[in-house]
Amino acid sequence: MAINYTDIEKLAELARIQLNDATIAETTQSIADVLSLVDRLNAIDTKNVDPMAHPTDAIQCLRSDNVTEVNQREAFQVIAPCTKNGLYLVPKVID
Amino acid sequence: MTNDHTIHIKTIASIISGLNSREFSSVEVTQYYLNRIQQLDGIYNCYITVNEEFALAQAKASDKQRASGNFPLFCGVPIAHKDIFCTKGVRTSCGSKMLDNFIPPYDATVVEKFYHSGAVVLGKTNMDEFAMGSSNETSFYGSVKNPWDTNTVPGGSSGGSAAAIASHLTPGATGTDTGGSIRQPAALCGITGLKPTYGRVSRWGMIAFASSLDQAGPMARTAEDCALMLNVMAGFDPKDSTSINKSVPDYTLDLSHTVEGLKIGVPKEYFQKGLNPETEKAILEALSQLEKQGASLVSIDLPHTNLAVPAYYVIAPAEASANLSRFDGVRYGHRCENPIDLRDMYMRSRAEGFGDEVKRRILVGTYCLSAGYYDAYYRKAQQVRRLIKQDFVSAFESVDVIMGPTSPTPAFEFGSKSNDPIAMYLEDIFTIATNLAGLPGMSVPCGFVDKKPVGLQIIGNYFEEARMLNVAHQFQCVTGWHQQIPEGVKLSSENEEGVN
Amino acid sequence: MEWETVIGLEVHAQLATKSKIFSGSSTTFGAEPNIQASALDLAMPGTLPTPNEEAFRYAIMFGLAIGAKIAKTSVFERKNYFYPDLPKGYQTTQLEKPIVGSGKIEIELSSGAKKTIRIHHAHLEEDAGKSLHEDFEDMTGVDLNRAGTPLIEIVSEPDISNAEEAIAFAKKLHSIVTSLGICDGEMSQGSMRFDVNISIRRPGEDLGTRTETKNLNSFKFMEDAISMEVERQIYLIEDGEKIIQETRLYNGDTKESRSLRSKEEANDYRYFPCPDLLPVVIEDDYIEKIRKSLPELPDARYHRFIQQYELSAYDASILSSDRAIGQYFETAVKTSGDIKLTVNWILGGLSARLNDANLLINLSPVKAEQLAGMIFRIHDGTISGKMAKQVFDAMWSGDGDADTIIKARGLKQVSDDKAIEVLVNEVLAGNPTQVSEFCKAEETKRSKMLGYFVGQIMKASKGQANPKQVNDILLQKLNGLP
Repeated sequence: MAINYTDIEKLAELARIQLNDATIAETTQSIADVLSLVDRLNAIDTKNVDPMAHPTDAIQCLRSDNVTEVNQREAFQVIAPCTKNGLYLVPKVID
Repeated sequence: MTNDHTIHIKTIASIISGLNSREFSSVEVTQYYLNRIQQLDGIYNCYITVNEEFALAQAKASDKQRASGNFPLFCGVPIAHKDIFCTKGVRTSCGSKMLDNFIPPYDATVVEKFYHSGAVVLGKTNMDEFAMGSSNETSFYGSVKNPWDTNTVPGGSSGGSAAAIASHLTPGATGTDTGGSIRQPAALCGITGLKPTYGRVSRWGMIAFASSLDQAGPMARTAEDCALMLNVMAGFDPKDSTSINKSVPDYTLDLSHTVEGLKIGVPKEYFQKGLNPETEKAILEALSQLEKQGASLVSIDLPHTNLAVPAYYVIAPAEASANLSRFDGVRYGHRCENPIDLRDMYMRSRAEGFGDEVKRRILVGTYCLSAGYYDAYYRKAQQVRRLIKQDFVSAFESVDVIMGPTSPTPAFEFGSKSNDPIAMYLEDIFTIATNLAGLPGMSVPCGFVDKKPVGLQIIGNYFEEARMLNVAHQFQCVTGWHQQIPEGVKLSSENEEGVN
Repeated sequence: MEWETVIGLEVHAQLATKSKIFSGSSTTFGAEPNIQASALDLAMPGTLPTPNEEAFRYAIMFGLAIGAKIAKTSVFERKNYFYPDLPKGYQTTQLEKPIVGSGKIEIELSSGAKKTIRIHHAHLEEDAGKSLHEDFEDMTGVDLNRAGTPLIEIVSEPDISNAEEAIAFAKKLHSIVTSLGICDGEMSQGSMRFDVNISIRRPGEDLGTRTETKNLNSFKFMEDAISMEVERQIYLIEDGEKIIQETRLYNGDTKESRSLRSKEEANDYRYFPCPDLLPVVIEDDYIEKIRKSLPELPDARYHRFIQQYELSAYDASILSSDRAIGQYFETAVKTSGDIKLTVNWILGGLSARLNDANLLINLSPVKAEQLAGMIFRIHDGTISGKMAKQVFDAMWSGDGDADTIIKARGLKQVSDDKAIEVLVNEVLAGNPTQVSEFCKAEETKRSKMLGYFVGQIMKASKGQANPKQVNDILLQKLNGLP
């Protein structure tokens, strides 16, 4: 599948990864290579095959509704890049 | 202090019996390994973090516990954890700049289980960034050198664990395997490694790469040691919804069973072009060795083998693209300097924090899930995944285990594949299918090509780890491949004294 | 030119579970920032979700209440986008296989007409945290206490034709979820939020382009936002312009709406099944068990109230709309001895005070038993309606039960005929001019003049005389005069 710079820029925007102008050609090529590898999937007809999201057929266990967590804000925020008054700070969000 | 200069060649089983018979203490064993790490890890770069103080404190405590007479099996046995497992208070980087400053406030379930079993943690082993790689060249902390030939890669992503065992800088280590990340480095480093059935070992606290494929497992020199470690690691964890609530056998119990009558499936598709002829020869010799021991070989078909790599390179990146979104510079991890706005903070923090391979996979995964491509890529890959699983299910109707090469070639030189992702991805051609199917697989040393180790892959049916370990152990009872030691791993003092 | 409005609603209701949908963190409202955010809620690496059974039970209760099919297998998916209040970079939600299938809800309009609104489906998902834009100069503060609170998102078909229907529908949903006890219904705390999809068309034409106005958290705002958006669309189209498919924000304080993002800029959410969670399978007997224990629904309660208490349709609809009000009424009426007075007090004095204090009825300082005790004393003549107001105020301030207050304040009504007769005689004797004027006056003017005497007598009794007896005795005396 052909993929161009515009596609890569769109993907990078969705994935929030700044692209490096100097390497965008290389990035585009390597992603195109990977996509041509995965295009081999088209060699086979999978009509009527159920997609398999999990390797096992197990079903979900549900947890009973109990509060089991205690406040660990201090421990969690020691490793945060920027906090104030218990809040995580980020550059101003403009809706 | 013990004068035993052979501690590093001891297996976990013999360290346990040495500790039990008071030949040495945990502090002595631990200090011995810490000394080795200090002298040799500069060459191999197996460890990202070594915490001497912490390890010695644990060793001291376990010696005390042992003296009390009431102690767990691994009491005082040193091991290492792949740096993908969160360790409370100890930096957990996942091989990434993104988490270079990340000190988790919690332990992974696997880490907790080893604590409870009394193990001493020497340190955190090097790995491909976020476990994405087959050569350990994508680590932010530099690549690991293969102890058998320092010009070659140790394999990946658990390359640090594999090389640490091969260079005798730990008797055992944890690893994780998403597409071969335990088995391929085990093969390339000449050690024994096992990826359990998906759901057998808890993923809680193990930094996710591809959630439906990731599975933690033991790496050591022998199948017996892997069995001992798996006894600690396996089990249902209510904190991991995908872990399986099924009782855990004692994996050491069946080790001594004979392999007589064992039916070994040999897939035609695992002996095709691309497989190094010398590797093939070593595998065939191993198979005939097992035949001599009473097993029979059955030729089988796994017709969708060639689609495993393509399916994997849709599913794994797709899951990873979402799993790695949490690394956004808001709550922990790397944040860029002076972001001009929110978007800039995201874009630059992630561009700076992630390496090229991780970015490539995030972009590929994003593409495969994006509007208009989901059906052609993601859905298609999940359909193929079912076909691959069905191949195995049918095969296991007539055989007990499946065997073939772990890796198509022995260890390759640094840089030889790092600029060619496709060549690198094909490294895992024989290991990936078992992750897609959720089956257990292991790699056992079975020979050498140009003085580089070759690994025999054993694939078992669901939850048949005990049988795989039994076969591997029986093979190791009559072969010496797993006992070989690379030339360079002797300490200078050992050379002088001529010990080992 | 005639325009037809087509409205569909997406309603987010926070489920009243103790812990979050995927973690054991508390969901209590109003806690200090980030003290109810666990490692999982903060999306710390390696953490994994474990779903809360109660959230499923609540969703199933809702499904049963609207006659929907409950999915035997439901699947969580990841909806991917970056936002600081979304720690994982994806929201765990349901898309292809939601827990609740299609159902319907009947609404009643002011004309008395009834209309059925179809529900497309309802699904479980996690709430996001909150971004606080004030106080930090160029920074935004992120509080993740709310992140992971279970939500049920109820999606209607575009069956709604105007603001009145939309409000009736929203109120009915509010009444259902509060009656079921699955949501506290506290709109001011964001427990229920409404997204409104609006388009207009000329009758008989295809559906027009729609806009979505998000996060309305009061019925009033919803009404205003709908009217404003319909007007805006009519104005644009009649002006020859086109409606852009976009998401809009309505500000209830400034009564303004603006575009948030158009569809072109819209996110590509890249939904896919969450690999950390397995399919949830619900067995039939589990559903049946829930069906059997389902609390009374507003419609059933409405009919029962009319039948059992002979309430008017209006009174019944208000008292049945909310489980807490219904319970309060039924508790009070058991011992109050007077249905009509009980209804009047709950819908009158009590409701007004609760509104002023911004309190829900279950938090009323005057409990149902206390109100009943007071009404019983009105009913048996011990106190007058006027005295009751004093008693109510005292109960509201926490002075105890009606009887205690009546006794402590000597509020007893004088109902002794002889004592009242003495008072009447005194007043008549003290006002000879007025008495003679009354005797001369025509019949039609007499009732007005009567009020003067009643007032004087009540004053003389310090307000404690039973007004009915005063009236009776006074008339008897005056009519007995020559």
